[in-house]
Order: sequence, then C-alpha cells, then structure tokens
Amino acid sequence: MMSASSAASILASLNALAGGLFLLSAFAMVATRQTRGCLLLFIYQSLLLAASAFLLAGEYGSWHLAEVGVVNLISKPIVVPWILRRTLSSEVYTRREIDQVLNIPTSLTIALLLAILAYFLAVPILGAVAPPFRSANVPIGLAGLLLGAYTLAVRREAVPMLIGILAMENGAFFAGIALSRELPLIVELAIASDGLVLVFVSGVLVRTIQHRIGSTRVGELATLREAASPREEETA
Amino acid sequence: MILLALLVVPLVAAGLSAAIPVRRAAQTVTVLSSVTTLILASIVAMRVAAGGVEGTGATASPVIAIPGFLSADALSALITGLVAFVSAAAAIYSWGYMEHTCAQHPGRLRLYYANYNVFVFAMLAIPLVVEPTLVWIFVELTTLSSALLVSFEDTREALEAAWKYVTLSLMGAGIALLGLLMLFSALEAAGGGTYTWAGLLAIAPHMPAPLIATAFLLILVGFGTKVGLAPLHTWLPDAHSQAPSPVCAVLSGIETTSVLYVILRLLPVVRASPASTLIHWMPVVGLVSVGVAAFLLLQVRDYKRLFAFSTVEHMGIILVAASLGSAAAHYGALYQILCHTVTKSFCFFAAGAALLSVTTREIASVRGLIRRAPTAAATLLLGGLAIGGAPPLAVFLSEFSILKAGFAEGQYVIAGLLAAFIAVAFFGILLHINRMVFGAAPDPRGEETGHSTAAAPPLPLSCRAMLIVGGALVVLLGLYLPARLDDLLRLAAGAWSR
Repeated sequence: MMSASSAASILASLNALAGGLFLLSAFAMVATRQTRGCLLLFIYQSLLLAASAFLLAGEYGSWHLAEVGVVNLISKPIVVPWILRRTLSSEVYTRREIDQVLNIPTSLTIALLLAILAYFLAVPILGAVAPPFRSANVPIGLAGLLLGAYTLAVRREAVPMLIGILAMENGAFFAGIALSRELPLIVELAIASDGLVLVFVSGVLVRTIQHRIGSTRVGELATLREAASPREEETA
Repeated sequence: MILLALLVVPLVAAGLSAAIPVRRAAQTVTVLSSVTTLILASIVAMRVAAGGVEGTGATASPVIAIPGFLSADALSALITGLVAFVSAAAAIYSWGYMEHTCAQHPGRLRLYYANYNVFVFAMLAIPLVVEPTLVWIFVELTTLSSALLVSFEDTREALEAAWKYVTLSLMGAGIALLGLLMLFSALEAAGGGTYTWAGLLAIAPHMPAPLIATAFLLILVGFGTKVGLAPLHTWLPDAHSQAPSPVCAVLSGIETTSVLYVILRLLPVVRASPASTLIHWMPVVGLVSVGVAAFLLLQVRDYKRLFAFSTVEHMGIILVAASLGSAAAHYGALYQILCHTVTKSFCFFAAGAALLSVTTREIASVRGLIRRAPTAAATLLLGGLAIGGAPPLAVFLSEFSILKAGFAEGQYVIAGLLAAFIAVAFFGILLHINRMVFGAAPDPRGEETGHSTAAAPPLPLSCRAMLIVGGALVVLLGLYLPARLDDLLRLAAGAWSR
C-alpha cells in the first residue's frame, strides 16, 4: 500500500514536470520566428500532452486516460504534420522570418500576464473539484488555451495561425484530461479525427490562398470592412 | 429509426454527389435528399407536437433513436425542421443559381454539392445528438464543411472571408471544448449521471457553482463566436456576404441559430444550478449584439452585409428573450427563431436574385432596381420589410410578443432598449433597401462602368420558384400559424421554463 502511494506520488511529480514543459513549449511557440520551429514545438507539445495523459492514467488507474494518450500520440505528432506536408508546398516551411504584430519581448510579457491570469482563473475551479484531481493540469491547460489564442491573434502567417488553433485544442485537452476522466472513447476518437479534418480543410484553404494571392501572409488580407474604399466589382 | 434516417440521407447524398461524374447528377441527388429530409423532419416534428409516440402518453415525450445519443424533444424537433426547410429551399435555389455562377467550371459543382450535403448533415446532427461533446464535434464539422463553401467563388475577398471565418470559429471551438469538458467534470462532481442535456438538467442543482459558471462562460464565448454575438461577430458579415447566395441563406438563416441552440440548451441548466445569477447578465450580452448590429447596419455599403448584420441583431434578440424569466418570453424566443429563419433565408434568396441581375453587391451602385429587375426588387423590398419587422409580417409578431413579455415581466429597461434598437435596425434596413429599389435612375456613371440601365437577364427558373414559395411563406406566416407548429413552440417553451 505504501509503495503504491509512493508510486502515485512519483507519477504526480512526473506529471508536474510534463506540465511545466508543456507551458514552456506554449511560451516558445509565442516567441519562435520560424514556421518549421512552430510545427516542431507543436509536436513536442502534443507528445507532452500524451505523456501527461499516460501519467494521469497511472495515477488514477483510469483506462480512459490511457486511450486518450494513445489517440493523441498517433494523431497529433504523426498524422497532423503528415497532412500538412501533403497539402502544402515545402516553400511554406522554408520561410525563416515570420513576423508578428508586436515584437517578441512585448509578446512574451503579454504571454506571461496571460499565464498568471490562467492561474487565477483556475483557483476557484480547483477548489470545486474533489481533492485527488486538483492537479496542475488545469491552470497549465488554461494557460495553453490562452497562449494559443494569443498566437492566433498576433501572427500574420497562415501555418503558424493554424498551429495556434491546434495548440489551443492541446491546452483544452491538457486541462480536460485532469477534469473529466471518463469521457467515452467514441468522443475521444471523434475529437481526434475532427482535428485531422480541421488540418486538412485549413490546409486546402491555405493552398488556395497561396495560389490565388501568391503568399500565405493572410494578415495582409484586409479588404473586407465597413469603411473600405469601393472595391472592384465582382461578377456573380 | 427515423432520426437515424434523417442523418444517413444527407451523408449518402454527399457521397453520391461527389462520386457520380454525370452532368446534373449532384444537383438532382441533393434536391431529392434534402426534400426527403424535409419530409422526415416534418414527421418527427408532427410526432413530437402530437405529444409523443408509441402511446407513451406523456406530454413532450421525445422521439428516441439511441438512448443517450440520439433523441428529439420539442426544441430539437423545431431546429431540425428549420434546418431541413432551409437546406431544401437553398438546394432548389442552388440549382439555377450555381449553374449560372459556375458556367465556366461545371466540374466544381460536384465539390459544392458534396460539401453542401456534409454541411446539412452536421447541422441536422446538432439538435438531434444529446451528448454535449459530440454536439461540439458537429458544430466543428459545420465550420469545416462550410469553409470551402464560403471560399467557393475563389475571389480574394471570398478567401479572406473564409480564412477569418475558419480561424475565429475554430478559436471559439477550442474555448468551447474546454467548457464542455469542464461541464462533464461538473456533472461528475455533482454525483455523476449520463452526460446528456437531460442528465445535466437533472443534476444541475448539485453542481459546484464555480465549475458550472466557468464552463458556461467558456461555452458562451466559444460558441458565441460562431453565433456571431458582438463583439465576436467580426467574421460574420464577411463570410455571410462573400459566400454564394444560397449558402448565405443557410449560414445566416439557420447555421447561426443551430449553434445558438447549444447555448439555449444550457440556459435552463444554469438557471437550475447554484450559479443561476449568471442568467441575469444574459440579456445584457444579447442587447450588446442587438445594439452594435443596429448601428452598424446604418453604414453598410454592401446589401448582403446588410442582411448579415441583421442576423447578428436577431441572434441578440433571441438570446435576450430566452434569458428572460417567463414562459411567454421563451415562447417569443422560439417564435422568433422560426420567423427569423424563414424570413432571413428568403432575404438572401432575394439578395442573390439582385446580385444575378445587377452583378454588384454595392448599395451605392444599385438604384432604381424596380425598373430594371422587378422580381428582384419586389422580393428585396418584401424581404427588407419582413426582416426589419414591418407590422403584418411574422417577425413583427414575434418581436412584439417578446417585447410584450419583457414589459409584462417588469424588465422595462431591457425591453425598452430592445424596442429602440429594433427601431434603429428597421430604419437602417429600409433606408438602404428603399434607395436601391426606388432610388433615382442610375447616375451617368452607371453606363461607363458597364452597368447598363437595360432590363436585367431573366432569373433562372429554380430561383424564381424559391422566391415565390419563400415570399408566400413569409407573408403567410404573419397571417396564420398552423396549430401543430404552435403546439411545438409551446411544448419547447414549456420544457424550457420548467
């Protein structure tokens, strides 16, 4: 009995380590200047999510979480990059400098404030769940969600924006696995396959934009607004 | 079984429209399947309105296909019926409209119809599936299947609109996902039970307040983005104006409502939970949308954006009505959903007709439409009057019932502001439509830019047919509400205010 509880506490501290690295990868995603780096960070983050799911599965003795881990391990780090490579030309990844609306030190400061905000948002939630499930996953997942949304807001390049969306989903799951351990497998599989459709459809859209406009700098697309100058007539 | 059939038919149609390389096969399959779903959805609605099936006797007993996954109560039946109605009307309208738009690339039509059917499938699934996380997946699927429909015309603007639509909707979906997972933990913390709308409602009083409150707010922000609640509406006028007109009719007419449905499902849960004070803030959230949309309506330059902003306004009105306390207000909200869907889809059919006739979306370059394209002008005018809420028409009646319920409840500030914003929006819509329809004959610039004053080419037959049917329904709905439909609205409102 003693050994079981000490094993659980080792798993819990390993999980905390995975959480710390997860948060670090979210910060790095805000700071990185390369599309390829963004994708790599997303892969690391997904691996950490899977690791956390396995560790929590061991800690709580829950098969459902182990399934979550397996589904995540296959879909995000392997299939998502594969689909992205199939739908988009390699030119998208070779671009080194991808700029943001704000400079990187400012971005990191805002990211830090968002992470602190996530912690304060998580405190009342942790107070409401039963003690064994008060893990660091909830504030870290919330922070991952907010940082993903922030990346999406400040990036102008299509692929890093897409990865921002995927990072948000990672964050939601990172918190979700600590909160809801008995989610049916069918839901799990459906969400994973939905992520793949998401990457495929957005990939096709980005490819069309690239063909039509000649770049994937979607931040430059800004003709649609109320006070726009009368734009070219379109034929229906 | 009938609910399963409702979902299988559009999926089969999607497969067939993508697979059969025969000319006009995709159109035929889509029209046939969407008419079939309309018939099936009407049967479901009739059964639910009649008070249940197979002698259960209880009022509002749901049609159940798979317990815990698929079932239809009055609210689901109403939304399903409306989805089926709009998708059938838009499928018929698409026949002529898309053939006209896609004259150069007839092969692309198969892509259009395949996506269209998946889109319809996802929207039908939202009200019928009762497992909240599965509902989330179908909401996500509506975004993904309609993204390529929004960008279908392949112009720079359409691609911009589609990209904004996809990124903002998916961002919202990520936030809503955490909300739904948290809702599940609220259910577990309260002692467990099945994770369905009914299961949540049953156990709501025992949920810890911080969990249900945070979950609801995350879902409100997340799905609110997709519904187009201000200030998260920025993508909506773009996507709802750049998509091909029949797709706009579906997006504005019912897609936003079918996502709002998820938020509406949670209102009674929150009301029954210890976090019920949140409900008192919901009319404010709704009013912000109504107000923002009403004032933005005044300065639009594009007549399709005009109707898109009107959708933001109506989503706000429905949310205000649904979060008031009385059964009369809830009835008003559901009546408003019905009237808005029928009227708004008609408005976009009319806008599409105008676009085919004058080939521009700009309000400023359309003048004296009544002389050039009388059908488009007359329907546009009827649509504008109807959606603005002119007296004998349906939206007026539903808005009036909401305002009456608001005043009866003593919510004078909310109802008063709502009435004022509705008046501003009415003025805005009619100002633009009036100029387009009756404005002085086109200025000389018209000839230079190629907009001749000659009569416009005739509209495709299927478009004219849907304009007549839609117009007739808009007028009829104001004069007469079938008893069964009224029963359905009452049942749904009753289940809500329990």
